[in-house]
Amino acid sequence: MRSRKRVALAALVLLVGLLAACGSEQADEPVESDTTTASGTLVIYSGRNEELVGPLLDMFTEKTGIEVEVRYANSAELSATILEEGDASPADVFLSQDAGALGALDEEGILRSLDQETLDQVDTRFQAESGTWVGVSGRARVLVYDPAQVSEVPESVFDLTDEAWSGKVAWAPTNASFQAFVTAMRVTAGEDVARQWLEDMQANGTVAYESNDLILAAVEEGQAAIGLINHYYWAELVAEEGAENVSSKIAFLPGEDPGALVNVAGVGVLESATHSAEADAFVDFLLSEEAQRYFSEETFEYPLAAGVDADPSLPPLATLGGPSIDLSSLSSLEETLALLADTGVTS
Amino acid sequence: MLLVGGGVAALVGLTPLVYLVIRATEGGLGPLRETVLRARTAELVWNTVELAVAVTVSCVVIGVAAAWLVTSTDLPGRRVWRVVLGLPLAVPTYLAGYAWLNVRPTISGTAGAWMILTLCSYPYVYLPVVAALQRADPAQVEMARSLGRGPVASFLTVTLRQTRVAAASGALLVALYVMSDFGAVSIMRVDVLARGIYNSYRASFDRTPAAILGCVLVVMTMAVVVAESLTRGRGRSARVGAGSTRRGQPQRLGWVAVPALAASAALVVLAIGVPVWSLFSALSTGRSAGIDWDRVGQATSTTLGWAAAAALLTVALAVPVGVLAARFPGRATRALSGATYLGHALPGIVVALSLVFLGVRVFTPFYQRLPLLLLAYAALFLPLAVGSVEDAVARTPASLEDAARSLGHRSWVVWWRVTIPLALPGLAAACAMVALATMKELPATLILAPTGSRTLATELWTQTGVRAFAAAAPYAAALLVVAIVPSALLSLGRRERG
Repeated sequence: MRSRKRVALAALVLLVGLLAACGSEQADEPVESDTTTASGTLVIYSGRNEELVGPLLDMFTEKTGIEVEVRYANSAELSATILEEGDASPADVFLSQDAGALGALDEEGILRSLDQETLDQVDTRFQAESGTWVGVSGRARVLVYDPAQVSEVPESVFDLTDEAWSGKVAWAPTNASFQAFVTAMRVTAGEDVARQWLEDMQANGTVAYESNDLILAAVEEGQAAIGLINHYYWAELVAEEGAENVSSKIAFLPGEDPGALVNVAGVGVLESATHSAEADAFVDFLLSEEAQRYFSEETFEYPLAAGVDADPSLPPLATLGGPSIDLSSLSSLEETLALLADTGVTS
Repeated sequence: MLLVGGGVAALVGLTPLVYLVIRATEGGLGPLRETVLRARTAELVWNTVELAVAVTVSCVVIGVAAAWLVTSTDLPGRRVWRVVLGLPLAVPTYLAGYAWLNVRPTISGTAGAWMILTLCSYPYVYLPVVAALQRADPAQVEMARSLGRGPVASFLTVTLRQTRVAAASGALLVALYVMSDFGAVSIMRVDVLARGIYNSYRASFDRTPAAILGCVLVVMTMAVVVAESLTRGRGRSARVGAGSTRRGQPQRLGWVAVPALAASAALVVLAIGVPVWSLFSALSTGRSAGIDWDRVGQATSTTLGWAAAAALLTVALAVPVGVLAARFPGRATRALSGATYLGHALPGIVVALSLVFLGVRVFTPFYQRLPLLLLAYAALFLPLAVGSVEDAVARTPASLEDAARSLGHRSWVVWWRVTIPLALPGLAAACAMVALATMKELPATLILAPTGSRTLATELWTQTGVRAFAAAAPYAAALLVVAIVPSALLSLGRRERG
C-alpha cells in the first residue's frame, strides 16, 4: 500500500508540474505566435547580460513601438549557434559582448553592411572595416591591483614578466577580452614579442583564471596582487558592494601599451534578417544619446557616439592610451589562439 | 513495438554523435589527426580520466558506506539520515563551486573540483545502494555471522557483493557526469575535456576542434560503459511477490556510532550546509537585495513544468530500452542501451548545438520551442532513466508475463498491465532523477528554450553574470527547494515493508 501511495504522490507532483508548464506555455503563446507570423517583432540574440541591456531594450520598444524578442547567452555560444543555423537563423540582430564574435560572423558572410550614416556616428577605430558591424560601447583593458601588496603600479604589461611579480599576476587566457588584448600585442609589437611575453609570463608563474570576475575576486581576497581585466568589472563591483567595501584599485596603462587596448561591444545585422528596417532602427537607437548615456551610467562603459561623456570616476576616452590598431585586425584571433595553444597557455 | 521504441530512444541518444562526426570530419582528416594527436589533447584526456577516477572512487566509498549505515545498522536517527544524505543531488555543481569559493577563496585545482564533484554526485551511488541493501536477503549476512565471520568480514564478503551491481551502475553515472560537468571544473580551473570543448567554442568560434574533442569524449564514454557492463555478473534474480523480503537484525554500532554520526553530519554540512550558508550570507549582504517574488515564482513554475515534462518524455523513451535490456540480455540490447549513454558525458553546449543543427534542418516548426528543448533534455539524461528502468524490470518476474500471455493477452497489453505496474516504483525513481538533472541544466536551456522564457538556472546565470549575488540568491534558494522534492522522493524510495 505504501509504495502505491508514494507513486500516487509522485504522479501528483508530476501533474502539478505539467499544469505549471501548460500555464507558462500559455503565457508565452502570444509572443510565440508573433515569431511565426513574422510581424514587427525584432529578434535579437544578445551576448550581453539581460541585467545590463534589458532596460535599454525596453526603452527602445517604448520609443519606437517595435517589439523585441531576445535570446540571452554567451556571445561565442550565440555566434556558434548562428553559424549552425545559417540562413535559417531566426535572429535579425546580433548584439555581441566583443568584436571577435562579430568578426567571426562577418568572415562567414553572415552579416550585412550597415548604412554609412550609421557608421559615421562612431570613430572608425571602433567599427568593422567592411562596415558590417559597429561598436556601441567601449571597454578598456586595465590592471586591477591590491594596494596592500602593490605600492608601485607597473607602467606596462611588459613589466609584469619581472621577477618582482613572480606568482602574483592573474590572467584569464580563455576570456575573449584577454585574447583580443594578446591579438593587439601580436599585431602591434609582432608575433615574436607576443610569444616571448606569453612564455615569460608563464615562466613567472602567472595564474590562470576562468573569467575577469574570478580574477577580480582573487585580487579582492589578496590571492593575486595584480590582474588583467576590463575596467567596468571593477566599477560594477563598486556599485554592488559600495566603494568602501572594495579593497582593489584599477590603473589605466599609459601610451601605446597593448595592455591599454580599448575594445568594443558591438552590433551587427544578419544578411538573412526578416526585419531589416527594424534592425536598422535598433542599431541607430543604440547609438542615440539616450542609449549612450545608459551605457555610461549603468554599465560604466565608454560611450562611443552622440557626444556623451564617460562616468566622472573614469578618465575621458580621449585621454586613454592603447595601441593604434584597427579593431578589425583583432579578427586574426585564429593566430592568437594558435600562439596561446603553442605556448601552452590554453588548449 | 518495443524494438521501434528502443530504436527511437537510441536515435535520440545518438543525435549528438552524428552531429559531432559531421563537424569533426568537416575539415578533412588533417585537422582531425592534428587535434587528436596534439600533446594538449593527451593532457586534457589524462586530466579527465584522473578526475573521473578520483571522483568515482570517492563516491563509491562514501555512497556505499553511507547506504550501509542507514539501512543495516542501529545508527541513531537513521530514518532521517536516509533522506538527508540523498539531498546533495539537489545542489548544482556551479552553485557548490561558487559557495565554496565564497567560504574558502584559496580552494582550486583538481583537489577542489574533486571535492565539489564528490559532494554533489555521491548520491548517484548512495541511492541505488540503499535500495539494493533494502532488498538484499538478510539471511546471507546472518549465515556468515553464524559461521563465525565478524561484522567487518561479513560486510566485506557478503554485503559488498550484494551491492555490487547497484554500486557499479551508480559509479557509471558518476563517471559520465564528471566527464560532462563544466560548472565545477571551470570554477576550480581544471583543464579537462569538457572545459577544453567550451573554451574552443568560446575562444575560436571554430566548431571543428570542439567537435573533435567531443568525439574523444564519446570514445571514452564507450570505454566506461563497456567497463561497467563487464562488472555485472550474469546472474539476475527476481522474487515472485516482493513482499517476502524481511528485515534483518541491524548491526550494532556501539561506540562506532559516534564517529559514524560525526561523519554523516560532516558530509551533510559540506554538501548542503556550505551552499545554503553561502546563500544566506549573500542575501544579507550586498546592495541588490529586494526580491522580485513574481519573477522568482514564474521561473520556479517554468522550471517545475519543464522538469516534469522532460522526466515523462525521457522515461517514456527509456522504458522500451530498459525492458529490452532486462528481458533479452545480449550483445544487441547492450549496444542499444549503451547508445543511450553517449549523450550523457557530453557537455550541454555540444548537445544543444547538435539539436540546433537538427532543428533548423528537420524540425523547423519546433525550433526554439519546447518540444525540441525536451528532446535535448532526453538526449542528455536518458541514461539516468535507462538504468533505473532496466533494474526495475529485471526485478519483476518474467513468469508473470508468461502467465498473462498464456491467458491470451497481446504482448503490449501484457507490458502495459503487468510489467509497467510492477516496475512503477523504479519508473518513478527514474522520473525523479531526470527531473532533478533538468532543473539544474543551463547551456542547452539557454540556446534552445522558447525565446523569452526563464528558468531558475537561467535566472541564476543572469544574476551571477553581473555579480549581483544577492539578487541571485533567491533563485538559487528556489532551485534548491524545488530540487529537494525529487531528491527526498528518491531517498524515501522503496521503504522496507513490515
